[in-house]
Amino acid sequence: MADTIQAAQAAQRAVVRPKISRDDWIMRSIMVVIGVFLLVAVLLPLYTMMSKSVEDKGGGFIGLANFSEYFSTPALFNSAFNSLSISITTTIIILIVTFIYAYALTRTCMPFKWFFKVVAVVPLLTPSLLGGISLIYWFGNQGVLKELLLGEKIYGPIGITMGSAYWVFPHALMIVITALSITDARLYEASDSLRASKLKTFFTVTIPGCKYGLISAGFVVFTLIFTDFGVPKVVGGNYNMLATDIYKQVIGQQNFQMGAVVSVVLLVPAVIAFSVDRIVQRKQIALLSARAVPYTPKPSRGRDLSMLAFCSVIAIIIIAMIGMAQYAALVTFWPYNLEFSLANYDFDVMDGGGWEAFWNSIEMALYTALFGTIIVFSGAYLMEKGRGFTTGRSILHMVAITPLAVPGMVLGLAYIFFFNHPDNPLHFIYGTMTILVVATIVHFYTVSHLTAVTALKQMDPEFESVSASLKTPFYKTFARVTVPVCLPAVFDISIYLFLNAMTTVSAVVFLYASDTTLASVAVLNMDDAGDVAPAAAMAMMIAYTCAAMRIAHVVLTRGIARKTQAWRHQ
Amino acid sequence: MDSAAKSYLKIENLVKKFGDFTALRDISLDVHEGEFVCFLGPSGCGKTTLLRAIAGLDIQTHGRIEQDGKDISTLPPAERDFGIVFQSYALFPNLSVERNIAYGLENRKLPRLEIETRVGELLDLVSLRDQGKKYPAQLSGGQQQRVALARAMATSPGLLLLDEPLSALDARVRVHLRGEIKDLQRRLGVTTIMVTHDQEEALTMADRIVVMNHGVIDQVGTPQEIYGAPATSFVADFIGSMNFIPGLVAEKNRVKVGGFALDCDTRGFSDGDAITVAIRPEDINAQDMEHDDNVVDAEIVHLQFLGSFYRAELGGTAFSGHEVEANFSVNLVRRKNIDIGSKLPIRLPSRHIQLYPPFEG
Repeated sequence: MADTIQAAQAAQRAVVRPKISRDDWIMRSIMVVIGVFLLVAVLLPLYTMMSKSVEDKGGGFIGLANFSEYFSTPALFNSAFNSLSISITTTIIILIVTFIYAYALTRTCMPFKWFFKVVAVVPLLTPSLLGGISLIYWFGNQGVLKELLLGEKIYGPIGITMGSAYWVFPHALMIVITALSITDARLYEASDSLRASKLKTFFTVTIPGCKYGLISAGFVVFTLIFTDFGVPKVVGGNYNMLATDIYKQVIGQQNFQMGAVVSVVLLVPAVIAFSVDRIVQRKQIALLSARAVPYTPKPSRGRDLSMLAFCSVIAIIIIAMIGMAQYAALVTFWPYNLEFSLANYDFDVMDGGGWEAFWNSIEMALYTALFGTIIVFSGAYLMEKGRGFTTGRSILHMVAITPLAVPGMVLGLAYIFFFNHPDNPLHFIYGTMTILVVATIVHFYTVSHLTAVTALKQMDPEFESVSASLKTPFYKTFARVTVPVCLPAVFDISIYLFLNAMTTVSAVVFLYASDTTLASVAVLNMDDAGDVAPAAAMAMMIAYTCAAMRIAHVVLTRGIARKTQAWRHQ
Repeated sequence: MDSAAKSYLKIENLVKKFGDFTALRDISLDVHEGEFVCFLGPSGCGKTTLLRAIAGLDIQTHGRIEQDGKDISTLPPAERDFGIVFQSYALFPNLSVERNIAYGLENRKLPRLEIETRVGELLDLVSLRDQGKKYPAQLSGGQQQRVALARAMATSPGLLLLDEPLSALDARVRVHLRGEIKDLQRRLGVTTIMVTHDQEEALTMADRIVVMNHGVIDQVGTPQEIYGAPATSFVADFIGSMNFIPGLVAEKNRVKVGGFALDCDTRGFSDGDAITVAIRPEDINAQDMEHDDNVVDAEIVHLQFLGSFYRAELGGTAFSGHEVEANFSVNLVRRKNIDIGSKLPIRLPSRHIQLYPPFEG
């Protein structure tokens, strides 16, 4: 009798082990698959790259010997300094310009805002190389406005700063516009009623309100420039930067260990910038949660007109950059024969990959958009809405945001080390389209992931509970409710992946093979070989494609909005 | 409650821990078939945790749950038999009202015609027959709530779980829907558990109320029992308003409060015990002085008009500095010409007095 009571008490005290349902098994299996994907495509390559930096050529462990060699070689060490100074200078310039431009778009009654918004997006449609190429036509040895430089050369810090500023502008602008859009109109009313001057209001309300946005933009821009390879490659001349050093060490000298060392050096500031940015963004979200009244600007003739003048100058610069690339592409032989022809578009007669490279790029971008969206969105769904594997899910989330801190060059090099190892069972994907797609998905994973997470967080957290109570498997609810409701975010992710896959150079430049050359790489190679005009023409082909996709995306998104407005929040 | 009623849901020694925090401490409870039970308590008392454990959404750390004679302790939600309505309703925004209601039926591979008939019945049941083609966003809050209810009932579950279903609605709609949900539940005879922090909701809708605090059940009983004889001072304070006055047990069935002695039932306490004397404002009487038990002289310190009655704050030697509130009818105040400063005898009927252990501190 006493035994049975004790047994019963023991049973009550026993920890309940929930039965694992079919749903749970399916969810967990997919989570494991995505976990393995992220492990193989992110963590293992990075680990291999880092261990390479402490090995000698034979693969023996030599501690920090490579690093001491690096830091005692002035030529190499100088690049770190160059990269830093260029990145800081350009970041400051771009922050000022961006702030005024974004202020004009959000806080004034400047006319033609739509036009300035469209123009600002243009640099996103082209590889970063295009800015460099245009600069050569404007200010290079045979440039039209060469005299403006007063004897200075465009090849070097001036060119890198200008070219970098051009292509990072839209990245910074998006962040600053968001920061300026979330301000609470009531703060301005309060400031007005306290009779604060316009200037005082600006420094006590406007600036603190978008402080985090500006800091965040600063770090994003810094990282982009610090790790960019395209611009310094084209207009850098003999001015060495870290990203070009990796390229030279690996492609030029086949010195993989030193390439790994430079990668680690490149990775450190990128990781710091990334971490600071994450912390800052968390604070920004806290600001957002207040119930703000949207701010509507009032007309002010003087301010609006001076803003119009400023934005026009910026818009003219952007149009001049892309316009010059287009002009150069159409001119038969710069600067001797300025007649228009399509000769430069005859890519098949040049080195660099020909038209095949262009079609490869489109194929690669489509695969990246398709598989990337599937992996990113279902991964984010399981991390956000899955049951069980609580620790595993938060680890996955951490891994998903790591790629943002990894510069493309570093990722590409890490892929060489990892996938080109003969003992790697995945060696077979080396030199194929697959590795280009995987690298590109990983390279742009984080932003896509965060977009998906944001959209999923807006979904009612109880949809999964309701569907379980109605005995409907989670994947049916995923297909019938989650995906349709998140369709705008899904399209945003696809277009983001597509555009970046079309324009990226840094990660793929180490990974393409002769039959998988890409358009952006062809731009690089043609420019390298002196075929600058065809390089411009190819860059413009990328721009057309991206513009077309972007327009298609807008039309599609509008169509969906119209079709679903009955049930989306009115 | 009819003790012969069949137990439908049996909860035994349930414990739920979130890390170091214990949300439920050894909860045991029986819910009878066809009964409407409310889990009532302040936020953080564990009522939602208990509901989610019953649903299998957050399975308990220890303990056992039996539904309809079957041990469901370890089962995932999909293998349990319940329908659920959340505070947010969690209606699928991209599906029409009809498709929302049909959601659980479609997965059962029923013939289309059968599904349509059933959806029609359910729409009638919640009086939304002509709203079937609309989307949730096009309905009012109250209508959305009814759709959620119809969806939960579509598969005819044995147990209906309602998690604060009325909290998101405005006051008028809430009162109206209370009656409607209760009526629906009675007609369908489905065993129902509702979580709420609103005492009025619990008192008007429940057959039995489970009052919870800090992860334990303080009292289980009918609304009348809970209101009339609160088992703990927490229950007394949480439901309705209650005056608390510290005192001492003077002798059997007699307690001392300030300068006065009051008659009341002192069961459970011994002579000399410190106690808290509790009485509801509406039980304090200013007429029928012919019963001369517990009559005390009081002075009106403050008088607040609340529409259908006055709330009077009483002072006087009897209460020795403790605020005591009484509800007086408008009629009484007018008739006896009561105003601030009036002195009058009041009565604390002994059968309405509750004794509790003294408050800590």
